[in-house]
Amino acid sequence: MTRPAIVVAPRTIRASRAILTASQTILAASRAILAASHAILAASWANRARTLAFLATPRPVIEAPWTVSAARWMIPAALVVLSLLGGCAGEGGRSPGTAGERVKLRFWAMGREGEVVTELVRDFEREHPTIQVDVQQIPWSAAHEKLLTAIVGGSTPDVSQLGNTWISEFVALEALRPLDPLLERTPGLSDTSYFSGVWDTNVIEGELYGLPWYVDTRLLFYRTDILAQTGRDRLPGTWEEWRAALRDIKTLGGESKYAIFLPTNEPTEAVIFGLQAGSPLLRDHDTAGAFSAPEFRRGYDFFHGLFREGLAPPVRNTQIANVYQELARGTFAMYITGPWNIGEFRRRLPAELQDDWATAPLPGPEGPATGVSLAGGSSLVIFHRSPHPQEAWKLIEYLSRPEVQVRFFALTGDLPARREAWSDSSVIADPAILAFREQLARTVATPKIPEWELIFKRVQDWSEAAIHGAMSPDSALAGLDREVDRLLEKRRWLRSRQASAENGTATTRESLP
Amino acid sequence: MSRSQTKAGWVFIGPASALIGLFFFVPVVAGLLLSFTDFDIYGIAAPETVRWIGLRNYVQLVQNPLFWTALKNTLVFVLAGGPLSVAVSLGAALLPNAPQARLRGLFRTVYFTPVVTTIVAVALVWRYLYHPRYGLLNHALGLVGIGPIDWLGDPNWAMPAIILLAIWKNFGYNMLIFLAGLQSIPEELYEAARLDGAGALQRFRHVTAPGLRSTFVFIAIITMLGYFQLFAEPYVMTQGGPLRATTSLVLLMYEEGFRWWRLGMASAVAVLLLLIMSVGTMIQLRLQRGRAR
Repeated sequence: MTRPAIVVAPRTIRASRAILTASQTILAASRAILAASHAILAASWANRARTLAFLATPRPVIEAPWTVSAARWMIPAALVVLSLLGGCAGEGGRSPGTAGERVKLRFWAMGREGEVVTELVRDFEREHPTIQVDVQQIPWSAAHEKLLTAIVGGSTPDVSQLGNTWISEFVALEALRPLDPLLERTPGLSDTSYFSGVWDTNVIEGELYGLPWYVDTRLLFYRTDILAQTGRDRLPGTWEEWRAALRDIKTLGGESKYAIFLPTNEPTEAVIFGLQAGSPLLRDHDTAGAFSAPEFRRGYDFFHGLFREGLAPPVRNTQIANVYQELARGTFAMYITGPWNIGEFRRRLPAELQDDWATAPLPGPEGPATGVSLAGGSSLVIFHRSPHPQEAWKLIEYLSRPEVQVRFFALTGDLPARREAWSDSSVIADPAILAFREQLARTVATPKIPEWELIFKRVQDWSEAAIHGAMSPDSALAGLDREVDRLLEKRRWLRSRQASAENGTATTRESLP
Repeated sequence: MSRSQTKAGWVFIGPASALIGLFFFVPVVAGLLLSFTDFDIYGIAAPETVRWIGLRNYVQLVQNPLFWTALKNTLVFVLAGGPLSVAVSLGAALLPNAPQARLRGLFRTVYFTPVVTTIVAVALVWRYLYHPRYGLLNHALGLVGIGPIDWLGDPNWAMPAIILLAIWKNFGYNMLIFLAGLQSIPEELYEAARLDGAGALQRFRHVTAPGLRSTFVFIAIITMLGYFQLFAEPYVMTQGGPLRATTSLVLLMYEEGFRWWRLGMASAVAVLLLLIMSVGTMIQLRLQRGRAR
């Protein structure tokens, strides 16, 4: 049979095929380019002043030859972009408010907080008639990206809620305004009003960049009735006694039951036990891993032992269809989790079990005082580009008032950051919350570097391999340290570079975030 | 050709070439260069801290188990989803093209609708369909006695679920191209075949299939290239989970670049993906050419 008519144009098809192939492959590469252009944009914004200074004074010490050329082509590019964007930004009309004119503050808040904060903000506006607050609600899932895009595009809000583990990253991008000068001029507000661990998450290289808004931490939720069956009326305070209790629970329950649930797909617990044993997690000014050092090793051995002894099931969150159901069944008697689960426990555990569960601060290796936990929560920050830092600070100050914090707690259930708010009877009405007050006083900040979140994830990968017996805890921790060292190579280099600059005559122009 | 004509030619192609150069070739070269640097969050704040590190990103990448997971997931998606998608498109094109079909325009439009619907809206609806307890899909399976499947939560089912969604979302586009190909096959050939006593299956094998060969080559290649760039579906449906079962290479690149700010590393992923896709395309062309001979 002869070929049908369509084949008369094989050349056209071949040509279009070639073009398509080329353009599709280029598309893939151009995604990476997005990165490049973003980077140039970001460089231009974050370094408006610096870039100009860089042009004016040629730097004598530059290590990599490529940097020179990179800087050369980036500067003109950055300047072009700058002037273009500068033109746009100028039209925004964000000049500081003159007399009689209302200052408009843009405030970004996430998730549930964003929904309810408008109610508080309305009272703030009544108190400050010259300030108008524009609350923008952002879903948590999009928050990180939206903030970064805003930084790159120079459209950051004046004030924003920020997860406190994100602060170091935004400080590295030079997006946040240090709050110390504003705090100093504010009577009645200081670090003593806050839980020290949580406060510390906001302090990067000695400077304060966020004021805690609400806090959260992890502690122990447990079945009091099961613990009582082992002859204990309260949770022991030391690791040893605690482990003895877990063993008793396991003996009581038999083969199919466990004592505690520690989901293997979360690095949280491994890190908490490490912190309890006194590990700094990273060493040498956060430039290398300290996971195979004796402190972390001790915490990890305890954690790993719970699996080896069969006290904790080696499963992930996803493999337990319904944690509440399993707790009700007594598949495990304890679970380390956060404040959001108080409501869930009330709702999801059967009514007859409601008197049979409680919360307790975590036990520690040497007793309750060493039973530290993570310092989580959200802070309020002011962006560098905000033309109204004074007004922005007024808003933050208002939201930090103890009475406003109590109202905020009533609206959201988020635990207040101000210690004063914790003496309010409405906050501590629920006995399950009291343990959090105790635990919050014993919180520790995880390393405040932009790489931490990535390292945190790696802890899980390696730890999970050890729990499943793919390798010994020793080699897992050594492997983790090796990988972390690789991730932190840039920090080591920046540090040595900074040190040599300090030793030499050149003045340092930036400090390591 | 005279000199003035040459000059006129340059004037005509000038604007287009300049645009293509500026928005395609410059970025591609910049991306390639970027992949040899350690451009990261510190580099964004202070460009002078960016270093030229040669092939280190690539070395680290091939040592990263996550890269191999992502590569495996992407290949599964391309090798399973690609052919299935082409088959569904062909089937969908044959149906409205059948002489006895009614409401052709309607079906064509209906089949094409998913292509032009935004993925975020689609994802929302499909998340309901896939819901382990209230989802329509599990309800239907329940009627025939198949127990509930946690489509997006079970690492073994997440990728099949993404493939199903991707096929549904994309088959309409290939269907249109197949339709165009089908319509260019002269009716006389079918008529002649029928006169010779060929049945429906034989007509498909000996008239339709050869007539669609060039269309098929074209579709196979653009589908493969498109499927290699799997991103939006897992990004909105599963964020790469559960257990990384739906992390594709492009999603990995996105994470490296915009979550961890390791833009140099992200560019290295892009370059590797480009190489893999080029090899894939070459293999396909070789295969097709071999078959054509």
